[in-house]
Amino acid sequence: MMQFMLLFSRQGKLRLQKWFVAYQDRTKKKITRELITLVLARKPKMCSFLEWKDLKIVYKRYASLYFCCAIENDDNELLTLEIIHRYVELLDKYFGSVCELDIIFNFEKAYFMLDEFLLGGEVQETSKKNVLKAIAAQDLLQEESEEPKSFLEDFGFMVGSSGT
Amino acid sequence: MNVLKAVSTPVPKRLRDLIREIRSSRTAADERAVVNKECATIRDSFRDQDNTYRCRNVAKLLYIHMLGYPAHFGQLECMKLIASSRFTDKRIGYLGAMLLLDERQDVHLLITNSLKNDLSHQTQYIQSLALCTLGAICSTEMSRDLAGEVEKMIKSSNAYIKKKAILCAFGIIRKVPDLMEMYIPATRSLLNEKNHGVLLTAVCLITEMSEKSPDTLHHFRKLVPQLVRILKNLIMAGYSPEHDVSGVSDPFLQVKILRLLRILGHNDAEASETMNDILAQVATNTDTSKNVGHAILYEIVLTIMGIQSEAGLRVLAVNILGRFLLNNDKNIRYVALNTLLRVVSADYNAVQRHRTTIVDCLKDPDISIRRRAIELSFALINHNNVRGMMKELLLFLETCDPEFKSDCCSNIVTAAAKYSPNKRWHIDTVLKVLTTAGNYIKGDVVTIAIQLVSETSSLHAYSVQQLFRALRSDITQQPLAQVAAWCIGEYGELINSNNVEDEEPLHVTEDEVISLLERVLANNNSAVVTKEYVITALMKLSSRFSSSSMRLKQIITLYGSSTNVELQQRSVEYSNLFSKFDHLRPALLEHMPLIEAHPHSIESGFNEKQDDLNLLSDSFSRNIARTSVPTPSLPSENGGIFEYLTNGIQPATHIDTIKTGGGAVDLLDLLGDIGSDIPPIHNTVLPPVNDLLDSFMQPVAHPNNIVNGTSTLPVVTAFNKEGLLIEFFCQRANNDATKTVINMKATNSSLFPMVDFVFQAAVPKSFQLNLQSPSGNKLLPNNSGNVTQVIQLSNPQKQPIRMRLRINYTQNGKAVNEMGEVSTFPPELWQ
Repeated sequence: MMQFMLLFSRQGKLRLQKWFVAYQDRTKKKITRELITLVLARKPKMCSFLEWKDLKIVYKRYASLYFCCAIENDDNELLTLEIIHRYVELLDKYFGSVCELDIIFNFEKAYFMLDEFLLGGEVQETSKKNVLKAIAAQDLLQEESEEPKSFLEDFGFMVGSSGT
Repeated sequence: MNVLKAVSTPVPKRLRDLIREIRSSRTAADERAVVNKECATIRDSFRDQDNTYRCRNVAKLLYIHMLGYPAHFGQLECMKLIASSRFTDKRIGYLGAMLLLDERQDVHLLITNSLKNDLSHQTQYIQSLALCTLGAICSTEMSRDLAGEVEKMIKSSNAYIKKKAILCAFGIIRKVPDLMEMYIPATRSLLNEKNHGVLLTAVCLITEMSEKSPDTLHHFRKLVPQLVRILKNLIMAGYSPEHDVSGVSDPFLQVKILRLLRILGHNDAEASETMNDILAQVATNTDTSKNVGHAILYEIVLTIMGIQSEAGLRVLAVNILGRFLLNNDKNIRYVALNTLLRVVSADYNAVQRHRTTIVDCLKDPDISIRRRAIELSFALINHNNVRGMMKELLLFLETCDPEFKSDCCSNIVTAAAKYSPNKRWHIDTVLKVLTTAGNYIKGDVVTIAIQLVSETSSLHAYSVQQLFRALRSDITQQPLAQVAAWCIGEYGELINSNNVEDEEPLHVTEDEVISLLERVLANNNSAVVTKEYVITALMKLSSRFSSSSMRLKQIITLYGSSTNVELQQRSVEYSNLFSKFDHLRPALLEHMPLIEAHPHSIESGFNEKQDDLNLLSDSFSRNIARTSVPTPSLPSENGGIFEYLTNGIQPATHIDTIKTGGGAVDLLDLLGDIGSDIPPIHNTVLPPVNDLLDSFMQPVAHPNNIVNGTSTLPVVTAFNKEGLLIEFFCQRANNDATKTVINMKATNSSLFPMVDFVFQAAVPKSFQLNLQSPSGNKLLPNNSGNVTQVIQLSNPQKQPIRMRLRINYTQNGKAVNEMGEVSTFPPELWQ
């Protein structure tokens, strides 16, 4: 089971964090800092795995972003690379050739995508099509729920439910 | 009213604008300012119970949280969003809950009720949000509260909800294993599904259950044929674009099934038998042009090794790993080495076949791969390949990263001890380690090296010469210097010996040897432990190099004023041996008896050192007890011994000595004190005899020599013929006329060594005689060595002592037998 997944930039900025086991906020920050330093220090010719405490860290760099997963001892590190790749493919399909900026400005969308692909640290869906379909349906649902609100909202006028 | 209020408070920034603003901050301080200002606004908005922008504010807070700023004040707002009916609110609310809450916070209990409601919502996407959140922050209480709902949802006909519910059940069981029972009935039928998501998650759940409980494992064993069928369909069914990854059909599902098969087939012959065929098929049919194929092969190797598979299949598995090792992809090589390491004990010979490839991985540019390769290489050393492997490993040791060196040295030395083809090779290997790895060597290697040299008496000359050469070319390597100093001190007289096969004889003068050791002693970079070794070595040389003893004395005396207590103590003790107790010096500095086998362990130094001290003190007290068993007044005799020891030490350490009372206790204390004087930072194991205890070791072996030192009785010449001189130093034990202790000392002034020297003595019936074991059986020529032996005599009738002697030895290959009689014992002994 995957314990957590971190996305961070080459500059060491965290872009996404998904925790499947409970840690305290302080611990999460410590782990994140530690792993970012560890992974960024690795040279390109090194392999994508490192042993860290009792976990295995699998990471892969896509352009300026590092995708870094912590898996348990029994998990398959080569398959974890495939999981990372599948996630990147999903983001790519969704954003249309995804780049770091997409993930920065639409981080919540990146989370929604991850939540349709993984659940509780395990893959829930192996069909790309199904994941994208579920996301598209939810995006539509969101649009519908937002529709009643007019552009006026952005100008500070309360329209709709609470405007009495 | 509301409109007015809305106008008076500015519209909150949009998320996108906030992100832009934060990104345009030039310094960390700027960024902090932007964030703090925004957080203040968000707090205000939360306080005002603003519903319209709550969603936007929480989203911004999540971004701020990711940057590492505190955002816990948004937790309750997440709850409110979740309770909202709007999908957008729920979506962000649940996302916030997953990011900001975890089971350690009590707030999360508030969420349980919302979850319960949403799990039974009629919109599947809202159900999905609740399931997903439950999967992420599932606590023990939450598991118990919602387990029933999840179980119902597993039975749902909607695959989208079903798969998520199954993974929630997986999470719940991980958290609260005793909830497992509830899910077993629903799980049984899951493998009949066609949907891959459901199949995949079901296999996950079954795996988790089987791992958690042996009963369930047994129950699920009957699923093996079904799993085999699913796997077969996966690899046989043609191309299915939906689940295909570079030509491999749903690798995620394949890997999960293989893992479950491994668990089900473990230690079960029938289950293993059922899956043999499909494993062979998958192993041979998987396309390995891409990583994904390797992921499957990797899993299958683990499964083949984990179940009771056929021998042919196991060889196939190891060969797959062998092919992995040749792959260009470093990740695959890494995985291969890692897996070989796991299977090496079970399939030793199969792994052995890939030895050359493994050894090649020692040169891999990737440090993780090198680390695995070195571990595996050590696991593969055996009697047949030890020479070749050691050559490679020593090469590796020369060039490897510093972090590897110390473990690598210890491992090389351990493996060399285990598999060495001959002593010469063994010593060469250890010497090579000492010269190659320098200061990275741990203390255990020093101990082992000294022990090795000591126990290999046939190679003493060779060892000491090689060590001298090595030390001459580099005095900065502390472990080497320590071993070399010990050996030169011990076997200094052999340094110019010619009978070393195929080695150029070393022509060095005594002065050169002493100068070299002096350089090590004077070097500021030498560790204190090294200096201790050297000063003891110089002391020993004073009896080996008779013509240089004045110079040695000068060097040693110099350290009487050393600021290091340890060195000062040695210096003062040793200096005393030059003056007051000069007659004792040769006996004290004799060759060490063979060091008893020391476990070649690589445990950390300090405990071991303590153990050694205890060991030594034990044997010491036993020794004393034995020599004085017939003596009724034991303490006073020991007191004599201890007086000497403490006298010798007193000036240096200023330890208040206790002159009366339990002597043995005194000495133990003394040893203890010295032991604790050693600063623990030297990561050096002090072997029992080679270091500071040296000076005590001789008295330990021959306690009565010392007693004799204070005696005023004349020396009895017991035998003197053809260069062999045997002298008796006699002493009344405890001033008791019925007890006599005689120290026999034999020297050889002829030109040739005497070997197999045996001294025997006999006395009339009214006496009782007890001969202790001799210090050796070899007498070096030109008085350059001696043999001592303690004789205890009980003379209850106080009669004049008479003794018959028989002496056997071999000189120049000729056995010599001599007899003699001694009756010139001083009458003071029994009067």
